[in-house]
Amino acid sequence: MRNQLSFLIAGICITGLSFQGCKPKNSASAVNSDAASKVYVAPGKYDEFYNFVSGGFSGQMSVYGLPSGRLLRVVPIFSVDPEKGWGYSEETKPMLNTSHGFVPWDDQHHLDLSQTNGEIDGRWIFANANNTPRVARVDLTTFRTSEIIELPNSAGNHSSPFITENTEYVVAGTRFSVPPDDANGDVPINTYRKNFKGYISFISVGKEDGNMEIAFQLKCPGVNFDLSHAGKGKSHGWFFFTCYNSEQANTLLEVNASQRDKDFIMAVNWKKAEEYLKAGKGRKQSVRYAHNKYDEKTHTATSEIRTEVTVLDVAELKDIVYFMPCPKSPHGCDVDPTGEYIVGSGKLAALVPVFSFTKMLKAIEDKSYAGDYEGIPVLKYESVLHGEVKKPGLGPLHTEFDGRGNAYTTFFVSSEVVKWRISDLQILDRVPTYYSVGHLCIPGGDSRKPNGKYLIAYNKITKDRYLPTGPELAQSAQLYDISGDKMQLILDFPTIGEPHYAQAVEASKIRDKSVKFFKIEENMNKYVTKGEAESKVVRTGNRVDVYMTCIRSHFAPDNIEGVFAGDEVYFHVTNLEQDWDVPHGFAIKGADNGELLIMPGETQTLKWIAEKPGMFPFYCTDFCSALHQEMQGYIRISPAGSKVPLLFSTGKNMPAADTSAPVARK
Amino acid sequence: MKKTILMLAISAAFYACGGGAGTNVEPTTGAASTEPTTTASGNPSYDPNRGEGKFTKVDVPANLDKAMADKGEKTFQVKCASCHKTTDEKLVGPGWKGVTSRHSAEWIMNFITNTDAMLNKDPKAQAQLEICLVRMPNQNLADDDARSLYEYMRENDGVK
Repeated sequence: MRNQLSFLIAGICITGLSFQGCKPKNSASAVNSDAASKVYVAPGKYDEFYNFVSGGFSGQMSVYGLPSGRLLRVVPIFSVDPEKGWGYSEETKPMLNTSHGFVPWDDQHHLDLSQTNGEIDGRWIFANANNTPRVARVDLTTFRTSEIIELPNSAGNHSSPFITENTEYVVAGTRFSVPPDDANGDVPINTYRKNFKGYISFISVGKEDGNMEIAFQLKCPGVNFDLSHAGKGKSHGWFFFTCYNSEQANTLLEVNASQRDKDFIMAVNWKKAEEYLKAGKGRKQSVRYAHNKYDEKTHTATSEIRTEVTVLDVAELKDIVYFMPCPKSPHGCDVDPTGEYIVGSGKLAALVPVFSFTKMLKAIEDKSYAGDYEGIPVLKYESVLHGEVKKPGLGPLHTEFDGRGNAYTTFFVSSEVVKWRISDLQILDRVPTYYSVGHLCIPGGDSRKPNGKYLIAYNKITKDRYLPTGPELAQSAQLYDISGDKMQLILDFPTIGEPHYAQAVEASKIRDKSVKFFKIEENMNKYVTKGEAESKVVRTGNRVDVYMTCIRSHFAPDNIEGVFAGDEVYFHVTNLEQDWDVPHGFAIKGADNGELLIMPGETQTLKWIAEKPGMFPFYCTDFCSALHQEMQGYIRISPAGSKVPLLFSTGKNMPAADTSAPVARK
Repeated sequence: MKKTILMLAISAAFYACGGGAGTNVEPTTGAASTEPTTTASGNPSYDPNRGEGKFTKVDVPANLDKAMADKGEKTFQVKCASCHKTTDEKLVGPGWKGVTSRHSAEWIMNFITNTDAMLNKDPKAQAQLEICLVRMPNQNLADDDARSLYEYMRENDGVK
């Protein structure tokens, strides 16, 4: 992958595109002298924007401040995070449950912030998991994953988690077409055309609580669905998905899925789909998928396996789906702030087609069809086209908008961002990226109200941008000031995992809603300990439940005896603090999972097997006070079957067996 | 404006020019509000008997309100007992015996609801911090929780 830098340089030289020179500019020529002041955020000052960045193969989401590029937090979503106990504490384990059992990792590509009337409302951010198809909802008052829903009939959930303009739905489209879950999947791979189908999921989102349910799935022809964006404003009610591999190849897609001159953008009339659903046209299909929710009152996640989904067949039910021809394996599918223009980016195309929603409606009305594809009408390219951006660059991928009538498209192969005007499709400016840019982000850049101050490019190749760190390098992000006519590079910053799509929003939409601690009075955890007087240790067979409290700076109990080798010990640790930024940690020697980080007012549980007789210390891992290093305790493990009584205490030396005081020796 | 900042940044390399350069810098928005830390001596209007906080005058009847004291005890068990004993023995923080005669009702209720500000300012609170070395956590008590805790302290000090 990284070897493509040389390919990139060669590509630029050969094609002789309209920008000057043949070698990539270095930072000296690309950065103006006032860049530093534009990104300088003084100590103690806040950034102007939150930037939520997908973590790719890390499975997590990182949160940066802009314009400083400072990393503020990594939010665990689809991958376990022993640092935070995510997927290790008993309370969070169910969040990673799937129909395949506990899955500790995924590949997280795209994020979308919730919207109301097409504007970012700062309530939630949605995230997709590619590998084991899922969609997550992260609550932006706690910056914690609240809900994860699995997707049946899917494989490689890529065109997700894009939302409609009032967050009515979040969508998920399968990258791999596969035999449906209720069909026999044990078929020859080369029966793709016969047996493989592509499913698109519409997940409804509760208006108040954000609760996600799979409202319906669309059964579509077997192709690869790639990216999507909802219509907005005039095109609200429609959703657009790019698809490639209309050749329906099942091997060497690099060649075999690049045969046809045009693939498609699939336009979905989801309002129509809703009508069919209401009229009972859906078919109930037997499936299995997990629906996991984290409850902030019990501080506990639950996982439920669902067994049914409603499917609408788009070939049978007319008027839901139309195909718009789009050149050469389209990737990005981006709708401008007015909702009129849909930009498709063919990865192998030498132009960027822009489709008109108004023309599309007219073409449908006039039945201006070029034919059909597996029973779905294919509209005539010319009748739906607004126009083409000519000679824009090489390898167009993604487009965002500034709200001033301009679009910004990334070019992977020629490593640049190109600014062009939507109305007349004229190219206005181009800047290099370092190197091979994938996604880009403008705050609100896929909403009806972009804030066209900054643009961030997320690059796939880093090469010489940072101090070398061995073969693997952090992927670079680059910040551009786009407030003027010309784009200006002002900052590089490293990212975690591999960033794909990102979102950014004015900090004011989120900042003041942040939860500072959980009220201990409202803690409904089954194992909560509300005050040291309630702390206790309870044995049930070989299960030992430790009801423990912590506060600066001690645990109660901190001496535990009468636990035997082979016992399963559950440390239910309640943090009694009621102030911001005072989590306590809990770690115990030999634990084969992670630690706990317990937020103020919260209860979290670590399961620990008493492996063998001996003395096992535990301590607080999160520096909490001047006496943090004193925040510790012991659990004594005796051989199975021994007669040591169950004892637990804090501040009492019980049993007072050792009466000799320590003496200083000479 | 931006050039000025750059100049200031450059000049900062030559002069140790205090904290002035960072103020009023674009493009930041709201900043973390930091309480000015003024000492008792730097703020002559400070009333060390009342402390600092929302409570200016607490009506304390002669007799104990038993129901209120019971409610206070419940809060004590959840939010206070980890660090305070009801005797005069110090645990993490000082024992509670006699606390209502050492401090006014206003001082106590302000201290337990406005802990950080008081620890930064109040001479008696600071003296106690030097002994205990653990800053008392702000336990985010509601006003009526603070009042019922005070009633429980009175009961603990023998008020009938």
